[in-house]
Amino acid sequence: MFSFIARRIGTILLTMLCLTLVVFFLVNLEPNLKKLAISQTEMHTPADQLESWLVNHGYRQNFFLRYGQWLGVLPKHPITDPATGKTTQRFSFCNDPTEPKFSGVLQGDFGCSTKFKTTVAAKLFPALGATGLLMFWVLAVMVPISLLIGILAGMREGSRTDRTLSVASIASTATPEYVSGVIFTVIFASWLGWLNGSAASASQGITFYNFTLPVITLAIYGIGYIARMTRASMVEVMTQQYIRTARLKGLSFSSVVVKHALRNALIAPFTVIMLQFPWLLTGVVIVEVMFRYQGFGYTLVEAAGNNDIDLLLGCSLVSVFIVLITQLISDVGYAFLNPRIRVQ
Amino acid sequence: MQTEYISAFDVVIGVLWRFWPVWVALILVMGASFTYKKRLGLYGQLFDSGVGIAGVFICLFWLFTAIFASTISPFDPLAQVSVMKDTLPGAVEPASKLVYYFGGDKLARDVFSRMVYGSQIVLIIAPAATGFALMVGITLGLPAGYYGGKIDTLLSFLANLVLAFPVILLFYLLVTPGIMDTPIPYAMAGLFFLFPIIFFCVLFWTRYKNRPDRLYILLSITLVLGGWIYAGLVFDKDPLHIVHIDPNQLNIFVAVVFASSPGVFRIVRGLTMDIKTRDYVAAAQTRGESPWYIMLWEILPNARGPLIVDACLRIGYTTILLGTLGYFGLGLAPESPDWGTAIKDASRLLRSFIHPALPPTIALMSFVLGLNLLADSLREQSMKD
Repeated sequence: MFSFIARRIGTILLTMLCLTLVVFFLVNLEPNLKKLAISQTEMHTPADQLESWLVNHGYRQNFFLRYGQWLGVLPKHPITDPATGKTTQRFSFCNDPTEPKFSGVLQGDFGCSTKFKTTVAAKLFPALGATGLLMFWVLAVMVPISLLIGILAGMREGSRTDRTLSVASIASTATPEYVSGVIFTVIFASWLGWLNGSAASASQGITFYNFTLPVITLAIYGIGYIARMTRASMVEVMTQQYIRTARLKGLSFSSVVVKHALRNALIAPFTVIMLQFPWLLTGVVIVEVMFRYQGFGYTLVEAAGNNDIDLLLGCSLVSVFIVLITQLISDVGYAFLNPRIRVQ
Repeated sequence: MQTEYISAFDVVIGVLWRFWPVWVALILVMGASFTYKKRLGLYGQLFDSGVGIAGVFICLFWLFTAIFASTISPFDPLAQVSVMKDTLPGAVEPASKLVYYFGGDKLARDVFSRMVYGSQIVLIIAPAATGFALMVGITLGLPAGYYGGKIDTLLSFLANLVLAFPVILLFYLLVTPGIMDTPIPYAMAGLFFLFPIIFFCVLFWTRYKNRPDRLYILLSITLVLGGWIYAGLVFDKDPLHIVHIDPNQLNIFVAVVFASSPGVFRIVRGLTMDIKTRDYVAAAQTRGESPWYIMLWEILPNARGPLIVDACLRIGYTTILLGTLGYFGLGLAPESPDWGTAIKDASRLLRSFIHPALPPTIALMSFVLGLNLLADSLREQSMKD
């Protein structure tokens, strides 16, 4: 078990290294650097000054050198004025080193956000906290509802309840966030006026009024999927011999479902819920942009829209980490929950 | 001048009437399918359940809407009639006396016509991208599952690499206007579009290598057709100027194929690993068939059930992805009538006007729902066998 986890963590680190390299390559493409230079200088700056801005801020150094600096295996250099030999910080708005120093991700320095004029850490971690709050409420709504729907549907396969709930869950998987968000806003905010169509005020404090719409919008897409998986797992369990034995022993149907079927049926949904995180991540971006909630997704879109290199790298590192860690948890958890599976 | 309006009842009747070519085509196809459903195999079995009929109905509805878009829609989807700006559903356009059935949007375009034309974009890109993703996934997944070992490790690592990317980040990196100045989209297109040609060449070669009469005909057809489309799509150098794709459409096409092929790869790999332990594969191995013959002619046909179901779901998922791209304004032109872009435009103004938002959302939802119902019913039917 231990060596399995160690090997998996090794793969995760390798994957993260490869992915950040790919992201680093893509954000440093020539058109993207041009865009960054244009957005960071005054309007109508001539081309040679754009170029000198890029040179001055170290964007013209060798690609691998800069990747190494970002990673923290090579020292970061401050800007040296060739005339006077004086060194200045690369970006004055965050504590960039004034002397050559190892200061990369490995040292815990995520770099400078050119868009928000602060360190990436100062921008990214509060945003992650805000998204964590959103995620918590989404899971708190999504998991119980979807498990309940799945169990009710899978309890008696082919019954009317099963058919109704199955079609409802198919409908919910067919509703991406930007569709359900619009529909819910129209119904609850425009027509009924019960809820707020914007979650911008939720950064100060969440209330039922401003937070319900983002939460149900995010939850609805996942509910159908998890419910269907739970249903399939429940249907399979209900045909097992031990369920029949329990019924023949004279136990009531409800007691068989609760005591014998439920525990075995919930193993598969656990993995599905864990693997749902990458999807939630995309949903988070859509929902946060739609409801103007200042979280991780909002930061990602701002970073990508302005080609904020360090912030975007930080965002991708975080999201890739979340995806891979949830995969690991789902694998390990599955082995723990299901005694028939043993990892070598 | 006061804009004239027609009543809600007239709007409903008018919309239903505009769709007349779709109804005619639907009646013909559904009627024929019902009559001959015994002889139509898996497709015919779909008509045994209500869910299947609903799925086929919705999918065909949007298919015919896309085909007859120019007949159905009363206006050009890009035309702006300034007096019709933000008009409510049922407004009558003063010059032509035609009706803006679902009202006008903030740029005074007909919401109904845009919804109808939007179906064209979705129904061209989504199935085509899914098709390419299937080709890529099958061509790589078969050897990975069949040989195992190093090939499998390498390909699975690459697939997991792409799958570990959150889709939205991938799109923000791959579908930016700047990237079209670089050779990356064309290189990726060049790579992905090779797979169908390779796939069909190997497919025919393994089967007919001892029958040159058939082999050379099939191979030359594949190479000429494939090369022609390849030249048109990747280099935009189609000598006959028929196959053509806009650079930004090529870009989103490639990004969508790139995002969804690892999923196909994983499914094909899993199925192959399962099927290769069967007796008929062992029999083929004993006969001395080549590995690619076994993969393409023994394993693949037996994996078709789950693959068809997955393809249905995947077209729906690709539609959602296209909508996401439109929603974030990536790749597609800002005035493009596709559903995602329309939802984006309308959702910004939801506080003042809700009518431009509803038609594209309901259209997208119903199409994906139709595909999911179809997939569900197909899965149920194939399980019965």
